[in-house]
Amino acid sequence: MKDEITREDRVANLKGMGCSRKRVEDARFTQGQGNYVDDVKLPGMLHADFVRSPYAHARIKSINIDAAMALPGVKAVLTAQDLEPLGLHWMPTLAGDKQMVLADGKVLFQGQEVAFVVAADRYIAADAVELVEVEYEELEVVVDPFKALESDVVLREDLDLSVPGAHGPRKHANHIFTWEMGDQEATEQVLDSAEVVATEEMYYHRTHPCPLETCGSVASMDKVNGKLTLWGTFQAPHVVRTVASLLSGIEEHNIRVIAPDIGGGFGNKVGVYPGYICSIVASIVTGAPVKWIEDRMENLMSTAFARDYWMKGKISATKEGKITGLHCHVTADHGAFDACADPSKFPAGFMNICTGSYDIPVAYLGVDGVYTNKAPGGVSYRCSFRVTEAVYFIERMIEVLAIELDMDPAELRSINFIKKEQFPYQAPLGWEYDSGDYQPAWDKALKAVDYKGLRAEQAERVEAFKRGETRKIMGIGLSFFTEIVGAGPVKNCDILGMGMFDSCEIRIHPTGSAVARLGTISQGQGHATTFAQILATEIGLSADSITIEEGDTDTAPYGLGTYGSRSTPVAGAATAMAGRKIRAKAQMIAAYLLEVHDDDVEFDVDRFVVKGAPERFKTMKDIAYAAYNQAIPGLEPGLEAVSYYDPPNMTYPFGAYVCVMDIDVDTGVPEIRRFYALDDCGTRINPMVIEGQVHGGLTEALAVALGQEIAYDDLGNVKTGTLMDFFLPTAWEVPNYETDYTVTPSPHHPIGAKGVGESPHVGGVPCFSNAVQDAFRPFGNRHTNMPHDHWRIWQTANDLGLHD
Amino acid sequence: MSNKMHVKLNVNGEDHEFLAEPRELLIYALREKLNITGPHVGCETTHCGACTVTMNGKSVKSCTVFVAQANGAEVTTIEGLGQPDALHVLQENFKEHHGLQCGFCTPGMITRAAKLLEENPNPTEEEVRFGISGNICRCTGYQNIVKSILSAASELNSAKEAAQ
Ligand code: FES
Ligand code: FES
Repeated sequence: MKDEITREDRVANLKGMGCSRKRVEDARFTQGQGNYVDDVKLPGMLHADFVRSPYAHARIKSINIDAAMALPGVKAVLTAQDLEPLGLHWMPTLAGDKQMVLADGKVLFQGQEVAFVVAADRYIAADAVELVEVEYEELEVVVDPFKALESDVVLREDLDLSVPGAHGPRKHANHIFTWEMGDQEATEQVLDSAEVVATEEMYYHRTHPCPLETCGSVASMDKVNGKLTLWGTFQAPHVVRTVASLLSGIEEHNIRVIAPDIGGGFGNKVGVYPGYICSIVASIVTGAPVKWIEDRMENLMSTAFARDYWMKGKISATKEGKITGLHCHVTADHGAFDACADPSKFPAGFMNICTGSYDIPVAYLGVDGVYTNKAPGGVSYRCSFRVTEAVYFIERMIEVLAIELDMDPAELRSINFIKKEQFPYQAPLGWEYDSGDYQPAWDKALKAVDYKGLRAEQAERVEAFKRGETRKIMGIGLSFFTEIVGAGPVKNCDILGMGMFDSCEIRIHPTGSAVARLGTISQGQGHATTFAQILATEIGLSADSITIEEGDTDTAPYGLGTYGSRSTPVAGAATAMAGRKIRAKAQMIAAYLLEVHDDDVEFDVDRFVVKGAPERFKTMKDIAYAAYNQAIPGLEPGLEAVSYYDPPNMTYPFGAYVCVMDIDVDTGVPEIRRFYALDDCGTRINPMVIEGQVHGGLTEALAVALGQEIAYDDLGNVKTGTLMDFFLPTAWEVPNYETDYTVTPSPHHPIGAKGVGESPHVGGVPCFSNAVQDAFRPFGNRHTNMPHDHWRIWQTANDLGLHD
Repeated sequence: MSNKMHVKLNVNGEDHEFLAEPRELLIYALREKLNITGPHVGCETTHCGACTVTMNGKSVKSCTVFVAQANGAEVTTIEGLGQPDALHVLQENFKEHHGLQCGFCTPGMITRAAKLLEENPNPTEEEVRFGISGNICRCTGYQNIVKSILSAASELNSAKEAAQ
């Protein structure tokens, strides 16, 4: 048999791993044919809207729904009283706390859900919201977590202080947990006797993931068959099904959860929100499908925030700059309910990655969680659990230490990197880093931007500024980050008791095409494109012949969903492993067809060939057909496989970023002249998609560092509840980025991939912030808090006397 | 019911007539009455541009237009820009240059970009960035969107030159 095309062509035809395959999702999105939750329209569907609290802390004296119910078109108004008999007026949070679904006697933050109005259309629902009369008695508001720990005002009257919380004893009525890692005594000893010590306090402000699509759900209870279908903006649809079943008592097989196209998530859509629960109850009560879509203000005010960490650091070193110890304490403002979306055993997520990319012999981390009159949440906004906070902390501490040592911060990093030969590296706060090769990445980055030249230019600029020749100063922002992504392993990580594995199920059709279903769900990452590439390489069928499906719990295997960059490390691994099972059976079929022993055939791109006789082969298409049309002795018909993958460890992507910024000291406007980003995410599946993820993550980092904030006044009013005040960068503020890479495959991942979606955000925030702070360093700046908006930058310049 | 108005609208070349309350927004009339769900709602406050459509030859944010104001208007949405077998050059280029991720901003973004290229067939990068600054994208960081639009512009221009 003569082979018509070359091996190279066969590889190209697969569109497998490593190529910049164009996205299959784009056809529908570019033609306006996406199917997002708000596009779901069912016969007889009703629309819902919330009555929300205008107060941050108040007792509810009464709720009168009569006028609202009298409005034509209003079908139901639910309050906590209606949910109580069903046991649904409170719900468990992911962090082991509980949260009111609808205000039960009091409200604890502005925008809290008080009543749920269901009406014939969205306009009537909004009108009826206005007609619900709620009588409040205002209570003293606590928005400062430090004051909360001293205040007599008890926020959570439902909790008994003598009963330990989910993470141990509580010290005060407004205290949630203390979490400690590392060796406190040894760390303090080292710090006390160190040659050089730098201390700093920093506030990582509260912000919000703010995907362009807000959260929402459509619930449809089919009472005839006892089946509930729930469409929603879910980053973890299978977990939502389990939670919905546990809460409602409807058996899990009678619940179908569908996460259709999702308009961005970034952590905002991990949690379970009152709207989801209320839409289910409302559908049961009214017998009609009920749609709930929040508006932007509701999204910013009530669904999960991110960050809000008050961090205190102490770092010690020798005079030569070798770091000897690190101490970190965090006061974590969790708002009114502890609804952090972290694996159960990690109340502060993976904050204990805060020793960063550096070989620090001894360290201690303590975190205190606190209740305040703010919205609940604490999600990983485009990062693995609290890693953004950790990396910001260490990358600022390095800069502060460099000032203390009067040393170049790039050099200080080089001195302290974990060395290649130290991997797998046991970090002092508990993690085992799987792999890394930091110095070459750092050198590549510094060379690419001509770091020495930049420093010389900066020095000249300082002189020119002092001579009065310019009003613009220049900053060089550096960051070197190590991420920790891909939770599991199951033994360490679970969500509400569900182990954080993930899954893939593959069916090969007789004509040699396939469908693969996964437990994850894309929110723009392009899974339908990239997972097909992994499979193409593993099973030798073209990616164009493989459909990837996610998000329908009736068809997809159970998985823990997409957040914390876990899709590629966990579901990607499951995909490869399931592919290998297919290949193992294909090998037996091929051997039978070629009339040789199983061991005498080997896989080659898209076929099995007889060893030493490549002209004798069976393509995967031939094999697929044979699996269905031949009775092969000893083999079941068909070609299917499923894999549930429990990762042995997490993966540790890393990267080196440099930002060059000019700042006008009179306007406070920063201008990003250059941004260079080198990412090492291990094996690269689709370079085009990786680059896109990097651009997007950096832009969200820019937003957070330079202006984006959920701010409250003393009465607990949200000051940044619309896009007028909440900064989302436009094309006008965003620079072009230069991207680069090195490849250090993960040793334990089947294809060596590590995940990339969040790295640019994690590394980007400190890089932008360091650029601002570095610009002021020659004038005496040590640390200023983010967000560095124009006003705060101007203020820094003013404080340093640059306007004199 | 009595306060409803009779509205006529031409959307993507097709005539529609319906009753609507004067306060109803164009975006909801399109999405909920006419089942044209390409344009999305990202804010309802004129900031995000997800709802962008072309109305009587101008880009408008359809969350900020009452359907009553649109009475008699000609409206083009993403659905009217190209067909599956004859895509608009912007649709092709957004795919080619990875100008989208979650796709939620994309219909508004492409509709705006199409108008921009009509207004200014040969824009600089700066002009593109300024021209789409009313459309927010949370996913892409804009770099590839700008690339897609510039590439579409040059394709359109070469086609024009070839035709001359
Ligand atoms: S929905 Fe119209 S501008 Fe955002
Ligand atoms: S692609 Fe997601 S908002 Fe633009």
